[in-house]
Amino acid sequence: MPKRIKTPISEADARALKAGETIYMDGIVFTGRDEVHIHALEYLEKGKKIPVDFKGAALFHCGPIMKKVEEKWVAVAAGPTTSSRMNSLEPGFIEKFRPGAIIGKGGMSQPTVDAMKEFGCVYLAFTGGAAVLAAKGIKSVEGVEWFELGMPEAIWILNCDNFGPLTVAIDAHGNSLFADVNVKVKENEKKARAKLGLS
Amino acid sequence: MVTEQEDVSNAVVELLRKTVVRLPQDVEDAIRNAYASETDEVPKMQLKAIVDNIDMAIKGNTPMCQDTGVAIFYVDLPKGCKVDVGEGIVEGVRRATKEVPLRPNAVHPITRKNPGDNVGERMPYISRRIHDQDYIEITVMTKGAGSENMSQLAMLTPSQGLKGIKEFVLNGVLRAGSNPCPPTILGVGIGGSSDIAMKLAKEALLRPINVRHKDPEMAKLETELLEAINMLGIGPMGLGGKTTCLGLNIEYAYCHTASLPVGLNVQCWAGRRGTVRIYPDGKATYPTHER
Ligand code: SF4
Repeated sequence: MPKRIKTPISEADARALKAGETIYMDGIVFTGRDEVHIHALEYLEKGKKIPVDFKGAALFHCGPIMKKVEEKWVAVAAGPTTSSRMNSLEPGFIEKFRPGAIIGKGGMSQPTVDAMKEFGCVYLAFTGGAAVLAAKGIKSVEGVEWFELGMPEAIWILNCDNFGPLTVAIDAHGNSLFADVNVKVKENEKKARAKLGLS
Repeated sequence: MVTEQEDVSNAVVELLRKTVVRLPQDVEDAIRNAYASETDEVPKMQLKAIVDNIDMAIKGNTPMCQDTGVAIFYVDLPKGCKVDVGEGIVEGVRRATKEVPLRPNAVHPITRKNPGDNVGERMPYISRRIHDQDYIEITVMTKGAGSENMSQLAMLTPSQGLKGIKEFVLNGVLRAGSNPCPPTILGVGIGGSSDIAMKLAKEALLRPINVRHKDPEMAKLETELLEAINMLGIGPMGLGGKTTCLGLNIEYAYCHTASLPVGLNVQCWAGRRGTVRIYPDGKATYPTHER
């Protein structure tokens, strides 16, 4: 049975996860991408109130399609977005807000891997584009904050049940599956170049 | 009866719905084959999630991916067509955004203001041609930003030649890495001019990936590049594995003797394209989605 983990995620929970594991998630998950990172850091600096508590939270790099059905929001499609766009913002975000997990696709760069190691946070890869599968793990939409940022950029508060599969791609000990793959790709590149007659 | 603007907008709503819900057969087949051939656990699970997602999208009639792109249309019009196809498409996009629904993605490039209906200055973007048929043919690609952001142009020198082209494509794939939701589909545009090379790269993605270029030299290059790219081991979602790329199509044009432009358009696994034909009596058929 794959592991199930409930939010909020304590530092100990986060540190118990190992790169390569598959897990499923229960509890509240917040969406947040480019604008949420920028806004949250700006609000913190200015001492303005942030509408949700990111401590121990699972932050999902996702700009969903939501639909209002009888006054209630429903997640139609909610797959991950490319996490590397948040590369420059994430280390600061992790340091200041201490989330327990970042969910996204494509992985993140070394400064984020380092911040995750220092503060006890993991990166969970959700299959890019698998938005219907993701929506299936969302039991209900509890609310939305910063809606004025637009549907993709707002903070959607998702109540999840068996959300996944999620691959622990960066753990809180400095291991990154993406970095491992990169080492192999560097090796394979030589063979590919030879096949194409490139030196 | 004659085709009305409303026939066009109705057909466009239906076209967008079909396109974002279901992949064309060639792409779906390629993904299922990749799933069958992958042996390692992590990439196999990534492909399983994609296959499950494809099935669930069809079953629930919902968009397979939340990024339903921006609306870029290719239109072939009969000679002397009197219908305002442009207005019909704009209306169709507006309605589809609400009815399908599509994600409101189109924003002002600088203020980033989002009108919420995927319609704005020059968007939907429409390329028009005239053809010899009596029907209106409209093709749309709903392409997400994750992969589009990895596209690029190189203005090579003629002396860099074929090697330069191969180098550029290989480096483009390496640079894109895990970002464009691999396994990807690549469109390569060779020649023309800077704008034409990029246009050809995108138009290359309109051809089914199991159909090789009619010019045998280009067909050979397509296969060779695809095989080399799949030696890289980037794999599904960049987590390693056999399938980095599902297909690679090239289109080319003659170019200036002093230049060699090459465009690379990166498409994610969700290679959504759809075509509708609207006949003079207003009836519509969907050749990419007749299954
Ligand atoms: S790159 Fe494609 S599959 Fe991935 S999130 Fe974007 S549109 Fe969806």
